[in-house]
Amino acid sequence: MSKRSATVYWTGFSIILALLIVAPLVLPEFWRRFVTEILIWGLLAMSSDILIGYTGMVSFGHSAFFGLGMYGAAAALLMVRPPNLWLAIVYGLIGSAAVGLFVAYFSTRLRDIYFAITTLIFSQIFYVIIFTWTEVTGGENGLSFRRPPLAVPGLFSVPFSPETLHWFVLAVVTASYLILRRITQSPFGMVLQSIRENEARTRAIGYAVERYKIVAVMLSALFAGLAGVLYALQNRFAAPDFVYFLVSGETVIFNVMGGIGTLVGPIVGAGFFLLLREAFSRFFTEYYLIPVGVIFIAMVIFLPQGLLGFMRRWLNQ
Amino acid sequence: MGIEQILAAIPWETIIIQTVNGIVTGMILALIASGLTLIFGIMDVVNFAHGELFMLGAYIGVVVMATSGNFWLALIIATLVVALLGAALQITTLRPLLGRDPLTTILATFGISLVLQNYALWQFGPVARKIQEPFTGYFTLFYLEYPWYRLLIAALSAAIIGAFWLFLKYGKYGIWIRATTQDRVMAQAMGIPVPWVHTGAFAIGAGMAAASGVLFGPLVAAMPAMGVDWILKAFIVVVVGGMGSLGGSIAASIFISLLEAYASIWVSPAQAGIVSFVVLILTLLFRPTGLFVPTPK
Amino acid sequence: MNPDATPMQPLIAVEDVHTYYGKSHILHGVSLHVERGEVVGLLGRNGVGKSTTLKTIMGLVRPSRGKVLFAGNPISGLPAHKLARLGIGYVPEDRRIFRLLTVMENLRTGLDRHGVTEARKQELLDKAFAYFPVLAERRNQAGGTLSGGEQQMLAIARAMMLEPKIILLDEPTEGLMPRMVSQIRQIIDVLQREGVAILLVEQNVPLTLEASERIYIMEKGVVRHHAASSDLQVNDAVIHQYLGV
Repeated sequence: MSKRSATVYWTGFSIILALLIVAPLVLPEFWRRFVTEILIWGLLAMSSDILIGYTGMVSFGHSAFFGLGMYGAAAALLMVRPPNLWLAIVYGLIGSAAVGLFVAYFSTRLRDIYFAITTLIFSQIFYVIIFTWTEVTGGENGLSFRRPPLAVPGLFSVPFSPETLHWFVLAVVTASYLILRRITQSPFGMVLQSIRENEARTRAIGYAVERYKIVAVMLSALFAGLAGVLYALQNRFAAPDFVYFLVSGETVIFNVMGGIGTLVGPIVGAGFFLLLREAFSRFFTEYYLIPVGVIFIAMVIFLPQGLLGFMRRWLNQ
Repeated sequence: MGIEQILAAIPWETIIIQTVNGIVTGMILALIASGLTLIFGIMDVVNFAHGELFMLGAYIGVVVMATSGNFWLALIIATLVVALLGAALQITTLRPLLGRDPLTTILATFGISLVLQNYALWQFGPVARKIQEPFTGYFTLFYLEYPWYRLLIAALSAAIIGAFWLFLKYGKYGIWIRATTQDRVMAQAMGIPVPWVHTGAFAIGAGMAAASGVLFGPLVAAMPAMGVDWILKAFIVVVVGGMGSLGGSIAASIFISLLEAYASIWVSPAQAGIVSFVVLILTLLFRPTGLFVPTPK
Repeated sequence: MNPDATPMQPLIAVEDVHTYYGKSHILHGVSLHVERGEVVGLLGRNGVGKSTTLKTIMGLVRPSRGKVLFAGNPISGLPAHKLARLGIGYVPEDRRIFRLLTVMENLRTGLDRHGVTEARKQELLDKAFAYFPVLAERRNQAGGTLSGGEQQMLAIARAMMLEPKIILLDEPTEGLMPRMVSQIRQIIDVLQREGVAILLVEQNVPLTLEASERIYIMEKGVVRHHAASSDLQVNDAVIHQYLGV
């Protein structure tokens, strides 16, 4: 990135970060939670962007990664006493990684539409398993648990307040963004984009496309699982609803609305969608998806590059 | 254990009943999947909204039944209305996307499915509505009183699929559809108005989905979310049957439905649903081009 | 549009057409014309844009600049199916018959048009079978089971079902045995007798020189040479230069 662009970028980044830090201090409770939710869904959408925007693999499987992250965290928080924050994260990541391996295997053998449909069906498989295996997963009712304290073993332990939870989420999401940005701008990321442009040519040049795809899927799964852990922390319950393929669908909507291939676009897309949902709920109550759905369709047709699509080249320098 | 004991331990009656059930469900699934296959085969569109077209067919059936009391009228009107709706949707949202990344059509039809589902929720509420069977009446199948109506559904579905197959094989427009499916570009060069063939095919597929909805209505109540389960099964069927193969989809529909019917002898229906997922995974692992399609040389 | 309104206009006129495939600039300003009933040859090495020129005329590819006129009326931008109905027939490289349709069904794709009586359809079919008896024999066989030469005949017969005023023939003798090549030559004659114009793209120079009245030679997306075929001979310097024969 040229010096001037870099300055502009980092200035923008810092301003937004500052705003987000200050948010819980000035916003009423409802909107504070709203911002935190945008961040969590944004992380999920970002993880999906690695596959859709950078590698060119459309996946409807993110609800499985997200859900397993959530249930993994639930498992840690319910089975291990005293409830440990870091263990929850680890369990969650293991859960989503396991699903990730499963999906990654198929990613190398299927292309395009077949892959998309198959990931969709996988989400549903996990949904059915979680929904029916009541003894372990609590079935329809899900699992509820207590939020663990923010603790570094041996140093301190302090329960989360709404503000500190928000900052924790912000820290995790920001760190994830920076890591993913670093990765997408690295040689590895370049190969992913090359796979997106023209898989056959990339393979012909000599890259082991399958390996790159597997890593991309695992990366995507890990960060999606992380989002699931954060969601569990915030809401203190895990429910099968979040493993339903609709969540995957909404994730893809966030990506498209915000602009795929930009990493930050999906977060904006998540925010945009949630805002629209809020706004339309006032008038249409629970049928807000009718107007929001129409807007989404219109965007797919007329604005396929999404809200931030025009910035894509610049953001990826 | 001797042979007689093993044979006696197998619940033959239940198996035969489940076979009939499996075929009935399979025929409905085949009708839905045929529409999906037609649409995919001819324009490479994965129609996510197909389940909702099925659902709307059921609801229109409910409404027409409520006002006229005539089941057959309901079937015809629902099919026509949804076919027209399908044509309208294809013209407004799918034509502009022709030639673009296939992902966009998946997204667009996904958006349509959301809108239609919530529209139904808004108009009809979440409470299930039933369609009256056109005639009641049972015959005794072993220890069960088996409704004639179920056999009628299977027969009608088969008839519709058969009529469709004949149309494809012999009708002028059937040839247009087949030519366009094989080679869109040459079809155009031969004067076939391909954009309209696409619209027509989408409308036919939609109509078939709606017909399934009406036929299925008396079995299961109409609900806004009813399309969702069926669309997933239909996708599985289309992949297992070989994407774009009509015969394959039909065979796969019956195959999977039978397996699930047998499975539900021993496990709950929700868990029997996993059967179709397992079949899909096995197909993808060992015969990804489709179970019922000859392996390409 | 009245194709017969202006008898002084060429049947097909291509004026300074530029065509792109994605970012590749294939045609750099091609101009040529074909009169009614004429056989015009288009020669050039592989990749110079001969097929693209035909595709542009047929409306399968849109030119980014320039005009294509049919009997004086602009047609660039019209969809291919409209052009087929106006009277432009297209026989592509690789024939591209509908492999899963029978021979009859392939022919029907051209026959089933608005305003054609059943009697006329039967006439056209009879004519096709008279010119290509092998197709009559195989009329209920799937197109994919025919040999290369038979497929070529089917592709031409299919285009003839449109009752076209001009047929765009893209490398009809490619991959065919010499016996079949002469059969193609005869078919070109037949078409000319019927009053159908032909724009013939070929690699086979002697055949083209013999069959055509005029020749265009293309190189790198433009027409470099234009002459009456009677002025050209197979071993002319010009032929050597652009075709490396």
